[in-house]
Amino acid sequence: MSIERTGNQSAPAADDPSAEQAEEQWELRLYTAGQTPKSILAFNNLKRICEEHMPGRYQIEVVDLMRNPRLAKEDQIVAIPTLVRKLPQPLRKIIGDLSDTERTLVGLQLRSRGK
Amino acid sequence: MTGFMNDLPAVSRAASVEADNAAARSLPKCPTGIGGLDEITFGGLPRGRPTLVCGSAGCGKTLLAMEFLVRGVTEFGEPGVYVTFEETEEELAQNVRSLGFDVDVLVQQGRLAFDYVHIDRREIEETGEYDLEGLFVRLAVAVESVGAKRVVLDTIEALFGGFSNMALLRSELRRLFRWLKDRNLTVVITGERGDGTLTRQGLEEYVSDCVILLDHRVDEQISTRRLRVVKYRGTSHGTNEYPFLIDARGISVLPITSLGLDHHVSNERVGTGIARLDVMLGGGGFYRGSSILVSGTAGSGKSTLAAHFAEATCRRGERCLYLAFEESRDQIVRNMRSVGIDLRRCLDDGHLRIEASRPSLYGVELHLAQIQRLVAQSAPSAVVIDPISNLANTLDASAMLLRLMDFLKTSGITAIFTNLTAGGAALEATDVGVSSLIDTWIVLRDIEAGGERNRGLYVIKSRGMQHSNQIREFVITPQGVQLLDVYAGPEGVLTGSLRASQEARERVAAFAREQEQQRRQRELESRRAVLDAQIHALQQEARTLDEEMGAQARQYALATDTMEQDRKAAAQRRGGKETT
Repeated sequence: MSIERTGNQSAPAADDPSAEQAEEQWELRLYTAGQTPKSILAFNNLKRICEEHMPGRYQIEVVDLMRNPRLAKEDQIVAIPTLVRKLPQPLRKIIGDLSDTERTLVGLQLRSRGK
Repeated sequence: MTGFMNDLPAVSRAASVEADNAAARSLPKCPTGIGGLDEITFGGLPRGRPTLVCGSAGCGKTLLAMEFLVRGVTEFGEPGVYVTFEETEEELAQNVRSLGFDVDVLVQQGRLAFDYVHIDRREIEETGEYDLEGLFVRLAVAVESVGAKRVVLDTIEALFGGFSNMALLRSELRRLFRWLKDRNLTVVITGERGDGTLTRQGLEEYVSDCVILLDHRVDEQISTRRLRVVKYRGTSHGTNEYPFLIDARGISVLPITSLGLDHHVSNERVGTGIARLDVMLGGGGFYRGSSILVSGTAGSGKSTLAAHFAEATCRRGERCLYLAFEESRDQIVRNMRSVGIDLRRCLDDGHLRIEASRPSLYGVELHLAQIQRLVAQSAPSAVVIDPISNLANTLDASAMLLRLMDFLKTSGITAIFTNLTAGGAALEATDVGVSSLIDTWIVLRDIEAGGERNRGLYVIKSRGMQHSNQIREFVITPQGVQLLDVYAGPEGVLTGSLRASQEARERVAAFAREQEQQRRQRELESRRAVLDAQIHALQQEARTLDEEMGAQARQYALATDTMEQDRKAAAQRRGGKETT
């Protein structure tokens, strides 16, 4: 799995429920180390969540540390898989295979804690 | 032929068993280059294995780990990787720069690599299963980038603060240590000390090869750092607590108790600087490399005696280290000049080094470590410690002083310790209790009599030489110390002006005796002269008598002859026949 871009640059739908977030572009980066079941699961979970909550406004970059090991230090990655929300600001880090959708949404600040 | 072929594997098997045994006896070790630590561990940390360095905050864990890496690079040609979880690389580099480690240069040379692993729980949301492969990747990158042989993880416990899945963390840690061992990396892991346990997170359960405990204690406002090797699997090691210090050149551990009693002794004598004292010590002075204690009450001249020795040492062209705990350097120089000891010249020509510090400045251990370092720096043949009583006042000093004396003895350094004896206490009772280690013990005491104090000096003991048992009066003159005979007569031991007046009285008496004697001599001489005259007169008389006696005999003979001739003549005249 090399750096792989998946995305959809289409304009947001006019009937989007969150008009505030509607303008925002999402730039996400998923760090993995080889094609492990955990990272594949994480990627699939991430794609599903993005399609549900920000269709057409997101961009996922998958960074395989096995191929680009130096990025681990540069981007302060310890746990694998790690999802980094680069945009919108501020930067957020979510670790794990993203199978806990509720916590992933909290982590991405799509949903406030305890809701 | 077949027999030979069969024998061969058996022989090589025996050889390999032998080699295995040897390996088991002495584990391969990785020298740290930290002064003293390699001595305690008999060679260093276990090579290719992790060592846990634990201790409370501020006890020097990070520094020890850093010095292990830096010395590995600079002294043993082994590149290293420092993984820090708490401080950034810049902070770390800055912290150790003050200790003389320029890590930036080593990083630029590609011999040292840093990785700051930042973990902040507030930034992390856990959403399912994960592992710490990222950490492994980073470690692998860093190790490969410099070809590291040594790794520091400081402190890996931060992981426990960053992640909530303890079961996962523990299995990942186990995997990490396996990973490090597989790569034959010598690793130092630091850990914060926990309540009743070595580390808060029980890291010791993963690191079973070697555990070093650092301690930072404060007793009576004086802090001392101590190091102990708690365990070291498969090898012997010093088990005591060793004091260590951190100064401008890093850590140095003081493994003095590891010294034995097998030091070389010298038969050479070194002069004390006081000729009469040399005579008292059997002629020649102290043995080179012996320990000398000079004890006495305040103002009894201990420092002067020590300064004499220091000056004499320098005059011989040897180096002397003077450690002053009461006076400053200039004060010592001035005071000694007033009694005719020129230390300034010794200082100027570089033979003498005076280091003055307050005993309460730091703990006894630190003092000792400092002394050890000074000795290593200036390689003196004599050391003066003036006084040890002040050091002793600070803490449980006697054990430490024993170590110091041992250290100086083993180094073959002649050492003079002065010791202030509390007024009223028995002079022989040094409160420091080190007398058993002392080779020569000189006591200066005040002798109070006739409204003045005078100083007396005597040698309590001096091993291996015929020393005087006499008390000598110790007089400090502007030309230095002089030892005088005390007056020991029917009126007791007299010193000072009492001795002087007694001597004056004796001089008067002696003069009178002389006069009397001369008078008697003259009297006898005149009597002798009278006798001589008498003898002369009698002899004269005798000679006169002799002459008279001779004259009379001649007269008598003449008369007899005459009478005979007269008779014969008369007979002839009467006929003469009858008679022919």
